[in-house]
Amino acid sequence: MRRMIEIRQLHKSYHTEALPLHVLKGIDLHIDKGEYVSIMGASGSGKSTLLNIIGILDTYDAGDYYLNGSLIKDLSETQAARYRNEMIGFVFQSFNLINFKNALENVALPLYYKKVSRKKRNIIAMEHLDKMGLKDWAHHLPNELSGGQKQRVAIARAMISNPKIILADEPTGALDSNTTIEVMEVLTNLNKEGITTIIVTHEKSVSDATNRIIHLKDGMIEYETNKANGVHVTTTNLNYQSL
Amino acid sequence: MIDLLQEIFETLKKNKMRTTLTGLSVSWGIFILIILLGAGNGLKNGVMQNFSSRAVNRINLYPGRTSIPHKGLKSDRQLSFTTEEVDFIKDEVSESRLITARLNNTMNVTYGNEYGSYEIRGVMPNYSHIEKLTIRPEDGRFINNLDMKEYNKVIVLDKKIADLLFPGESAIGKTVKLGSLMFKVVGINSRKEDWGGPKAYIPFTTSQSIFNPNGKFYNIVFTVDGLNTKEANDKFNETLRTMMSRRLNFNPNDEQALWINNAQSEYIETMNIFNGITLFVTIVGILTLIAGIVGVSNIMLVSVKERTREIGIRKAIGAKPSSILKTIILESIIITTLFGYIGLMMGIGLTEIINFFMEQAASAQPVSDEPQMSVFTNPTVEVGYAVFATIVLIVSGVLAGYLPARKAVKVKPIEAMRQE
Repeated sequence: MRRMIEIRQLHKSYHTEALPLHVLKGIDLHIDKGEYVSIMGASGSGKSTLLNIIGILDTYDAGDYYLNGSLIKDLSETQAARYRNEMIGFVFQSFNLINFKNALENVALPLYYKKVSRKKRNIIAMEHLDKMGLKDWAHHLPNELSGGQKQRVAIARAMISNPKIILADEPTGALDSNTTIEVMEVLTNLNKEGITTIIVTHEKSVSDATNRIIHLKDGMIEYETNKANGVHVTTTNLNYQSL
Repeated sequence: MIDLLQEIFETLKKNKMRTTLTGLSVSWGIFILIILLGAGNGLKNGVMQNFSSRAVNRINLYPGRTSIPHKGLKSDRQLSFTTEEVDFIKDEVSESRLITARLNNTMNVTYGNEYGSYEIRGVMPNYSHIEKLTIRPEDGRFINNLDMKEYNKVIVLDKKIADLLFPGESAIGKTVKLGSLMFKVVGINSRKEDWGGPKAYIPFTTSQSIFNPNGKFYNIVFTVDGLNTKEANDKFNETLRTMMSRRLNFNPNDEQALWINNAQSEYIETMNIFNGITLFVTIVGILTLIAGIVGVSNIMLVSVKERTREIGIRKAIGAKPSSILKTIILESIIITTLFGYIGLMMGIGLTEIINFFMEQAASAQPVSDEPQMSVFTNPTVEVGYAVFATIVLIVSGVLAGYLPARKAVKVKPIEAMRQE
């Protein structure tokens, strides 16, 4: 199968005290295996919500979402946990490392939930840290690392369970421009190894590095651009055409 | 499993302060529970020891003076027993088992130049079983039926008298003077008396014929079987009073005419009090422990709140709800059992130390005529409590951990990771 993500007419509302907030208003989205995609939009456009739904961290109200051919709908928490563990690697803006565990233990944690033995998972974790150039920092706690190093540890953790997709939510939001370039190189290289990569960002420099940009506005896809010869060209404007 | 424990121990180790504070409340709870149980047991053991030296199913009958006129007889008559009453009780009171009449005199007992004034009890052979006298094989025998039948002038001495009259020699077979009469020593009782001074025992028949020509005496002691509740004893006492009133001619409602001292009902009453004390002490101890459990639960709850972000991260990277639940509850169990055992050890240690010093103090005391009364003996708890405590601790751990664990399971990864 070629398709990694298939989303049809996805709707999502948040129920606040005042009135329901309609965040996603019918998203149609297909992402193939190995694609390098970024999702852009102003804050409140629903891009983070979309990413959370794709990452099975959040549920949706209507529509269908297929991940690698399986329908992701009304899953129990246990099933969701298994999909996340096996299919998805997360990279967050605030790194989300466990601060009392050192770099190596943080990277090894997903394998703990896969019931890999301690010895084995530490070896694998060390390999991944080495790949990120952080072998010498393996036994340091997160607060002893720089922002870029922390994000690379987080990427190593996302990669350790051999996921099919990397989901990155503002991965460079907390980093300076030099470190941003460094982290984007790492993500780009991972994509070149064949991993479907989806990045939510509002930085143009970040989205320009990806091959396909999905622009979200008010819970709908406004338009998409595809990279052709290194330049992004607008291809679709589906939602707005139908209005 | 080992991996899970390692994971938990790592978390606990990295939060030493929190873990210790959490655990101490449980240590304290168990410590107090053990101390209270120990104190309760000590009190019980002490009083039980004073009881167990006599038959507990013993009834003493003492005739008194009538206080109500009865069938044309005036009040204020002194009543007394004859041997016929002994036979009457033996035959007519179906609950009675061992019976003895008792006739007391206080006389000088003399051997050579040594003498002393002692209580001389004229008793029947059963007396030895009722009062649980101890006559060791080398110390001869108690009064027997032959002595009774033949009015033998034989005497059984308490060890203290024998030691005094026969320093450094055996008293058995020797002859002592009782007033002006010669009695042969046939046995020595080595059971220590609880109260009163040392005594000597002679056959009841001999005692009657020599010291009590009119045959009237004032004490019958007998044991009863099958009266296990206070109600049964009270009822028995009443029936006994009625039966005796017919026999001795007094008004059955006359409390002064016959004094019934039922050791069994005292015993039952005392046992009830102690069961009450044990129950009370256990409840207080358990309530203290509950305070400890609530403490653990509370701190676990704070800990879960504090670790919301961590739990969120763990969930995002694939931790199942069951695995989060297991981790938190197991963490709670580990804290409660680990620190519970520390409290248990300290509690048992303290009770054993107290017991050690009490035994030292008891053995250091010189042997005296004072009765050896102790209200506090062996204030320790049995090892069986350790098993009980383990179960209590594990259950406590589960209870303390359950609520926080539920809360942890409900953590939503996105929301958890959003908070800084």
